[in-house]
Amino acid sequence: MENCMKLTVPAISENEPFVRDAVAAFCVRLDPTLDQLSDIKTAVSEAVTNCIVHAYAGGEGEIEVECAARDGALHIRISDSGRGIEDVARALEPFFTTLEGDERSGMGFTIMQTFMSEFSVRSAPGEGTVVTMKKQISPAVRREDMRGKVRDAHG
Amino acid sequence: MQVTGRVNGDTLYIFLSGELDEYNAAAARSEADALIERNLCCARAVFDLADVHFMDSSGIGFLIGRYKKLKRCAMPAFIRSPDFAADKILSMSGIYSLIPKL
Repeated sequence: MENCMKLTVPAISENEPFVRDAVAAFCVRLDPTLDQLSDIKTAVSEAVTNCIVHAYAGGEGEIEVECAARDGALHIRISDSGRGIEDVARALEPFFTTLEGDERSGMGFTIMQTFMSEFSVRSAPGEGTVVTMKKQISPAVRREDMRGKVRDAHG
Repeated sequence: MQVTGRVNGDTLYIFLSGELDEYNAAAARSEADALIERNLCCARAVFDLADVHFMDSSGIGFLIGRYKKLKRCAMPAFIRSPDFAADKILSMSGIYSLIPKL
């Protein structure tokens, strides 16, 4: 059976370490390498930081984090109900930031894209943002192959 | 996140320890800036990342901010001892062209 987790936290930066550590703890069941775990923590931290800094711009709001372990992969969805992104394509460009004077690197989405196996972002002004990511931890086993194995094992 | 400084010869060493993320960046920023301002006579600054156990793009923002400040004081900056994960995002960001790794 697929295992899953759902977390809702207020958008305050002290929750960043908590959320990335919670996702990492959930992921341990997939037996990731330290390198994979570190990639996941970094990508989650970027997504949560975006919710706090951009979506709610330091104001009140909730961040929803959903995880599922399926077919040797960790699936993560991080969503907010904040201001949304006006130009998603632009936001995905490396080094692009809307907060120039704020010591922002503009690397958040680039890091999520690079560190995860799959990444997508859905957003519209005033409608919040949903970031969906997948990290393949071990090679996916197709269900048909599994059935074959079970059949073989039972002779 | 802990920030400590030590001057050795003409070099200001800034030791960072803990997790360098959005949550910790503001405090780390003001502590590092205070260290820099107290040691403007130094010829260069070295950020020692040996004890940084987690870093995301807020860490890159932090380092670029300090680089700009040091540049205004004509003090070149360097990075020392990032762990594997920190080195991965530092390399990806291209920051080593501004703040070379020792």
